[in-house]
Parts: sequence; C-alpha cells; structure tokens
Amino acid sequence: MGGFLAEIVRTELATPDPDLVQPEMYNQMFTMHGTIMLFLWIIPAGAAFANYLIPLMIGAEDMAFPRLNAVAFWMIPVGGVLLISSFFVGAPQAGWTSYPPLSLMSGKWGEEIWIMSLLILGTSSILGALNFAITILKMRIPEMDLNSMPLFCWSMLATSALVLIGTPVLAAALILLSFDLIAGTSFFNPVGGGDPIVYQHMFWFYSHPAVYIMVLPFFGVISEVLPVHARKPIFGYRAIAYSSLAIAFLGLIVWAHHMFTSGTPGWLRMFFMATTMLIAVPTGIKIFSWCATIWGGKIELNSAMLFGIGFISSFLIGGLSGVMVAAVPFDIHVHDTYFIVAHFHYVLFGGSVFALFAGLYHWFSKMTGRMLNETWGRIHFALTFIGFNMTFLPMHQLGLLGMNRRIALYDPQFQSLNIVCTIGSYILAVSTLPLVINVLWSLIKGKKAGRNPWRALTLEWQTTSPPAIENFESEPVLWAGPYEYGIDSENEDEEDVEDMLAEVSAQS
Amino acid sequence: MQSSTVEDPKLALNYHKEVEPEGHHGEHPDHRMLGVIVFLVAESMIFLGLFGAFLIYRSMMPVWPPEGTPELELLVPGINSIILISSSFVMHKGQSAIQKNDVPGLQLWFAITAAMGAIFLLGQLYEYSHAEFGLTLNVFTSCFYVLTGFHGLHVTLGLLLILAVLWRSRQPEHYSETSHFGVEAAELYWHFVDVVWIILFVLVYLL
Repeated sequence: MGGFLAEIVRTELATPDPDLVQPEMYNQMFTMHGTIMLFLWIIPAGAAFANYLIPLMIGAEDMAFPRLNAVAFWMIPVGGVLLISSFFVGAPQAGWTSYPPLSLMSGKWGEEIWIMSLLILGTSSILGALNFAITILKMRIPEMDLNSMPLFCWSMLATSALVLIGTPVLAAALILLSFDLIAGTSFFNPVGGGDPIVYQHMFWFYSHPAVYIMVLPFFGVISEVLPVHARKPIFGYRAIAYSSLAIAFLGLIVWAHHMFTSGTPGWLRMFFMATTMLIAVPTGIKIFSWCATIWGGKIELNSAMLFGIGFISSFLIGGLSGVMVAAVPFDIHVHDTYFIVAHFHYVLFGGSVFALFAGLYHWFSKMTGRMLNETWGRIHFALTFIGFNMTFLPMHQLGLLGMNRRIALYDPQFQSLNIVCTIGSYILAVSTLPLVINVLWSLIKGKKAGRNPWRALTLEWQTTSPPAIENFESEPVLWAGPYEYGIDSENEDEEDVEDMLAEVSAQS
Repeated sequence: MQSSTVEDPKLALNYHKEVEPEGHHGEHPDHRMLGVIVFLVAESMIFLGLFGAFLIYRSMMPVWPPEGTPELELLVPGINSIILISSSFVMHKGQSAIQKNDVPGLQLWFAITAAMGAIFLLGQLYEYSHAEFGLTLNVFTSCFYVLTGFHGLHVTLGLLLILAVLWRSRQPEHYSETSHFGVEAAELYWHFVDVVWIILFVLVYLL
C-alpha cells in the first residue's frame, strides 16, 4: 500500500506538470506514504523480529507478558485500517510531520483520523517496548549475563528505552493538536496566541528518536547476520553493544536539528549541531566494527550476506549525508529540498529495509523450517540494489540544485533527473516480485532446513525449525559466546558445533 | 507468532495463584510489578511533555497568565489537594492490612480511598462548572483544562482500579498476604496520580 502510493508520487513527478493527480491529492499521497511506511511497515517489522527472536535468543519460553503482546499486535491492524479509512473523508495533507498551522487548515477530519490512528499505533509500540525490555532484562537463561547475550537483544533494549521515553511525548503533542483541531483551542495556532514551534519541539522529541527506533533493531539484525556468514567473531562486541545505548541517549538530545530553519536561536542551534554530529561517532563505531567483522572472513556470498553488505554501503551514504545536514550552514540551504528526501531514504530504506531482507533470508529457515531459494534471492537483491540507488542517488543532486520536496509541480530543468528517479522506483517495485515468488515457492517446495542450517551459535538455532511450542524442547544450553566463530582452526570449530548439537538433540 | 500465546489464557487466569507447572517446563515468571513500573515511566513522559509545553508557553508570554484571565480560585482545589494526598496514606493502610492477611481491613481502607477519590473528582467538576473562563479563552485556560482534565482522567482510571480491587476482594482468598499484585498495582498507580497532581498544582495554581 505504502509502496503503491510512492509509485504514484514518482509517476506524477516524471513530468513537471500535474497531469496524473491533482496537487491536493498529491499531498494526501505523500502524507499517507510517509505515515504508512514509517508506522505500519518499518516499526512493526522491527517489532516482529524482536517478538520472534528475543525469546529464542535468550532461551525463554515466551515474552514476559504474552497477553499484552497480543493486545499490542492487534492494535496495529486497527490503527492501520483507521489510517487508510481517512481517504474516505479526505486524507490528511500536511505530511507525516503534520506541522501546525498547516495541519489545522487542511482537512479537519482526515487529520483527526490520522491523529487517532497514530495514538493507537503509538500505544501499541509502547506496550511492545515494555514487553521487550522486561523480557530481555528478566527472562534470560541463568547462564547468560548481559554481556553474553546476542547483540540483537542489546539493540532492542536501546530501542525499547527510546520508545518508552519518546512516544508518550508524541502522544501529548497529538492530544494538544487534536484539541486545536476539534475544540478550537489555540495551543499551536498563532492566531489565538499559541505557538507552532512548541509542536515542532514535542513532535521531534519523539520523531528524531523514532529514526533510531526504526534503524536500531536492524543494526541488531546486521550484527547477527554478518558474523554467521563471514564465519568470524564479531569485531568489538562491547563497542557495538554500548554504541547502541550511546545512540539511544544522544538520539534524545538532538531533536531540534530538524528545526534549524524554524527560528531556533543561534546558541541552541550550535548545541544541537554538536550533539547531532556526535551521533556519527557511535554509528561510525558500528560501521567500522561490521567492516572489521567481515574483513578476511570466510564470506559466503548468499542472499543474506549480500543484503547485509548492501545495508552497510547504503547506510554509510545516508550517514555521511546526515553529518552534512547536521551542519547548520549547510542545512539552511538544503532544508526541505530533495537532498533531505535522499538522506532519509538512504537511512531508512538503505538502513532498515536492506537489513530487514538480510534478516528475512537469514531467519526464514528458522521460522518455516525451509530454506529460501538462493537464485531468486540474488535476483531480488540485484533489482533492489539497482532500483534503490537509481531512485534515491539522483535526489541528492536534485536537492543541491534546489528542487523542493513535497511539490507536484517543478521547474522543467529538473525533469531528466526526475525521470531517472521514476524509472528507478519502477525497478524497485518490480524487485518485490522475486521476493514474493521466492517466499511462496520456498514455503511449499523449499529445501528442508535442519536445526541449524547456517551453523550459527546463538540459542535460536538450538531448537527445531520451526521452533516447538514454548520454543525449546529441553532447556537450552549456553555452549559458547554468541559470536565465537573460527576461533580455533575452522574445521575444529565446525565439528564442535555439530557435536554439541548432537548432544542437545540426544537430551531432548 | 509466538505459538504459546494460544495456550495462554488458561495459564493467565491462574496468574494470581501460584501457577502450576503441569506440562510446561516451568511456571511463567511473574514480572507484572516491573511492568507496571515501566508503564508508569512511559505515562510520566506524557505528563512531562504536557508540563514542558506549559512551561514553554509560560516563558514566552510577557504576562502570565495572559491579561484578561480571571483569577483562579484556590480554596476548592486546595481542599481537593489535601484530600487526594491524604488518600495515598489511607490507601497504604489498606496494603499494610493485606500484608497481615486482613481482607476486611483492606476493604475498609480501600473503600475510604475510593470515596476520597470520588470527592476529588466531584470537587473538580464543581470547579469546572464555577470557573469564569472557557476552554478557548487563551493559551492559559486551554492548558488549565487540558492538564487538569487529563489528570482527572487518570484519577478516574485509578478509582476504577480501586473499585475493581474491592470487587475482587469479595471472593474469599482472592488476595492473600503472599499474593496481592492487584492491590499493589492499584496503589502504585494511585501514588503516581498523586505525585503528578502535586506537580500540576504547583505549576498551574501556585506559580
């Protein structure tokens, strides 16, 4: 759905004139595209991985609060249906940020439905985060201490902290916004003495951490996938673990960098510029650690690994352009241009979605008991990678040339680059086909996967594929640190794993 | 999808008694109290957001409250505050009672707490109906109604929790000295609402 809207947006932008959809409709399209992709695709996808993997990785039977979990899960479709239903009353047009006073003037009920559905989705993610944090902290098998749990758990711990602290503030902002909309108060309406900047502060207090809520789980996924397929221990376990926490903490104090052009005073801008640039440090630590992990490893270039490497390269570009826009003078020039669009698509698509696919190819065998087909996986990767870069790379240049975001009409001089973007987005749309074919085909005909097709060391591979009810047939045994691959000579290591596996199955 | 959720209702119904291991590897560990605490942390962030917005408005306006705002009456909310704060102590007596396995004591103290909470809410309604300003007069009055109203909503919820505890305590041996999670959770929630009220009262009425 979100992707479909994006295709309409791109098609519209193939020509400088509004010929496919009217500008109002176009506004609704990109608002819904942004909201759906963020709140109904990336955040739930991260939560899905977390729900599935955390109990398996720490050797627990289930999450700490299974019923609460079900509530949180079922709130997602409710929120989603509500959001999409807003098309019937005129979907919101104010962008996913819904800045007042714009959001107060365009389409009252569409906006209100948007708020309601976001409140539902927000509550769902708070409940989910509560569950993750307590499960990770309290339900590990006794032998596993914090420093020997898989890195995915670390990154989910950081994510949960962000959700718990950030999301309620968004809820507060949205409550005030709906009072403005419905009851006619003027919290954010300058006409009645209110101040839209307050909304921006509250909104970004959540929504900047939200970026990390979206990418941190996938940092965790990558930290799991890379060592397994490179057959090497992860480089700098503690560095990666603690840098997740550092990102979470810094993420809470950088929000105003979205507001450099909102009349934020100079000293405040300097502060936020400095903190924003500081985030590059823990993020850089992670990137270097991942590179060092695959450096000199016995890399198996299967689909999971390809997506993993694709993730590192695209996220690197997103991160670098992030440091650029963190600089106040630069940001003032590119603010609200396609440079920003390019930047966040590299972070979110390059960062989250690539890692998500890497995780899917990696854990599909665990979830279903069957392997995904490699050939289709590689076709999928190639199409995604080409389409992705073709769509979003030219946007950097468009932004620097001065094309504004969120517009349906533009200067004809930008047309050639826009056509490249549009073609790229079509390739991206096509790239989902091999994935769908692959999943459906593999579910029925895929090669059977044993317990541990990747010869990985984390606990989830000790149980059957798919896992038994209550996850483990017998109490899982912590046989090694999560990433102790190839520490002795490689052959010995492989035998060790197989031997221990045999032992575990003998017990059960 | 965690397949074990399917089985869970049965398991969860016996939550407050000791869960029996039958057929499982072990009992489902009970982390509900920690869950309540973490939930309250998230709740407090909502209030922090609202208070933050309130303070920003306050610091931006040259005159606060803005000119033309009628004086807030302090008597009724003052009495109300005392009632709400003291109800926390009354409630704690209830918890002490159940720790001695004294269910009638629990019921007595909780009933008093519930009555005090209800008086608080009535007082707030009285205040709303006698206030000389509406929701949309200016930013201050909007903040006033939203903050007190949102807090009032939480008091109502806390009241319902207390009533639920009272309702459940009619069943013999529902709560005992070793197992009274519901009592503790309701009490913690009530204390939380109380603390929020103290901050709110200082910010909105006194400053």
